[in-house]
Amino acid sequence: MSNTRRRAANIMHTKIIWPLTALAAILLFNLFFVPGFFHMEIKDGHLFGSLIDILNRAAPIMVIAIGMTLVIAKEGIDISVGSVLAIAGAVAISLIGVVPLWMAIGAALIVGALCGLWNGVLIAYLGIQPMVGTLILMTVGRGIAQLITEGKVLTTDSKSYGFIGKGFFLGLPFSIFIAAFVFLLVLYLKKRTALGLFLEATGTNKVSSEYAGVEPRKIYLFVYIVCGLCAAIAGLLVSSNISSADANNAGLWIELDAILAVVIGGTSMRGGRFFLAGTVIGALFIQSLTTTIYSMGVPPERIMVVKAIVVIIVSLMQSDRFRQMFQQKSKKAVIG
Amino acid sequence: MKLERMRLGLRINQNNIIIFSTLLLILLLYGAGSVLYTGFFSWQVFFNLFIDNAYLIIVATGLAFVIITGGIDLSVASVVAFISVVSASLLQQGMNAYAVMAICLIIGILFGAAQGYLIQRFDLHPWIVTLAGMFLARGASYFITTQSIVIENPTYLSISKYKIHLVGSNFISVSVIIALVVVALAVYAAKYTEFGRAVFAVGGSEKSSVLMGLPVPRITVLVYTISGFCSALGGIVFTFYMLSGYNLHLMGMEMDAIAACVIGGILLTGGFGYLVGPLLGVICSGIIQTIVMFQGTLSSWWTKIAVGFLLFLFILLQRVIVIRRQRRRVINHGSTMTPPQLQPLTNAEYSKL
Repeated sequence: MSNTRRRAANIMHTKIIWPLTALAAILLFNLFFVPGFFHMEIKDGHLFGSLIDILNRAAPIMVIAIGMTLVIAKEGIDISVGSVLAIAGAVAISLIGVVPLWMAIGAALIVGALCGLWNGVLIAYLGIQPMVGTLILMTVGRGIAQLITEGKVLTTDSKSYGFIGKGFFLGLPFSIFIAAFVFLLVLYLKKRTALGLFLEATGTNKVSSEYAGVEPRKIYLFVYIVCGLCAAIAGLLVSSNISSADANNAGLWIELDAILAVVIGGTSMRGGRFFLAGTVIGALFIQSLTTTIYSMGVPPERIMVVKAIVVIIVSLMQSDRFRQMFQQKSKKAVIG
Repeated sequence: MKLERMRLGLRINQNNIIIFSTLLLILLLYGAGSVLYTGFFSWQVFFNLFIDNAYLIIVATGLAFVIITGGIDLSVASVVAFISVVSASLLQQGMNAYAVMAICLIIGILFGAAQGYLIQRFDLHPWIVTLAGMFLARGASYFITTQSIVIENPTYLSISKYKIHLVGSNFISVSVIIALVVVALAVYAAKYTEFGRAVFAVGGSEKSSVLMGLPVPRITVLVYTISGFCSALGGIVFTFYMLSGYNLHLMGMEMDAIAACVIGGILLTGGFGYLVGPLLGVICSGIIQTIVMFQGTLSSWWTKIAVGFLLFLFILLQRVIVIRRQRRRVINHGSTMTPPQLQPLTNAEYSKL
């Protein structure tokens, strides 16, 4: 009995319980208030339904949020992911038909990694604040994407490219397999390699990790490159899902969704330990929230207000001072 | 601007080098434009820089106070759009124009104060709070309307059309006067008031300011309030300019405002900057925009790319100055506590974000 209670207490203390509770709450809400939310059917050998839709749409946010988790764990931030996403999509779509498909995809990924490299050099080697360093690419990035697409919305009818974002594999959307692959790869890096140890060490205490022989700059550079790559993968997913590249609107505001997912997942904005599973749950929560609001018939624009309130509540819950306030109150109540 | 230069006695040092390079850049860009394009070198083109960017000057000047304390306000663009929608819809219902303006300013003050309170009281990250503020303001304007509302109020129309003639038939608008007054007040407040000195002190080091006995909490809330107020005032001025209220106005303008501050020499790590800087930064990007317009064949996206490149150069310049200052500090203290090879990456910058 005491054993199970202790185990329950342990679960309560892990960070993952909060995003899971939030996700469960939103799903429970849907169970009662949105009829047919959990309805699933098999059409042409694939699953259809709101849940599958959420998985499919959450994939780009998930991939970007995984990259963002690494960056935020280093007390950094990358607000250029939306622009990198647009650039990668534009590169891929403009190259399809000119070169073989694999080369177009490869080029998009390389461009994403280069964008990450640029951010990383600015932040790790020139010592610019992360928000400011990535601000440059955020402003310029959409301009570059516009130049690539020449101001038009590029489209493609390549079936095999469309498979990345629209296709089904084993009855599930293919994009979710890509997201899962990225997740497992980064999780493997974190748990099973020395690099993972370095990642957490530099985030927790940069100076002492430097004394211990880890080179923080290389680690910083690495996380920004990974973040750029993740943004490029998300760019492929988004552009293939709609078979077009829109330099203006692709990935607009996605950096905010990604940051939100990371913070909900329990990774602190002040760096240190990071929680990849939490981030994935956080991304699922955000997409569920968005889909729920859509399916309730609320005008989609108002979603922003809901998200703003969620951000404030989540960050208040993480704030020590806010918790102290309540602890003091409850102590007072006991005394009184 | 003249006053500023006289006080400095025109001596170029680490403190004013960014302002001087910005001024030089403005002269170079304007000169290049004048040589390349006929009609560029005219009073009206110069005045238009102010007329088209009056709202941005106001917003960037308010934002500068926040940046000097080491914070950031990302909600400015959304507040401007929100104010444009609020004033358009209130005017549509036939409310008095001046009452509408007063309501707008009160909204801005309350919005800024609320953000400042959250940041200060609960030690939240300014980035996250103002990000939420940005969402909130954009979303809230959708609650009022999703359409663009045209303003037909006679008072607004007459203010918008009123021309103040300077130098022959060339003119400036009322908004330009408002913007310049805001800049003058900001320069005065920063240099000659207790509040201004406290703002710089908090940006220099929050801990030492607390130990000195400065009312840091009040100042933090106040700077965000100022930023909120300036955004609202910028919103009113922008409404004069556009004569419509639409919540998709000025997407991404917060980045232009931050860029103007950086180009104008406001140190993003806080604690340093001249309040005339944002004005110069805005004029700088305004000239680039005008050149792109005069050129005619370039797409407007080149403006973004050019401004981004400038942003990069000025951030590098700031970085060099900060590193040199830190070195000087280490030599002054004769300290051997910190190994020199650690210098560029340690210290306050990372704790700032």
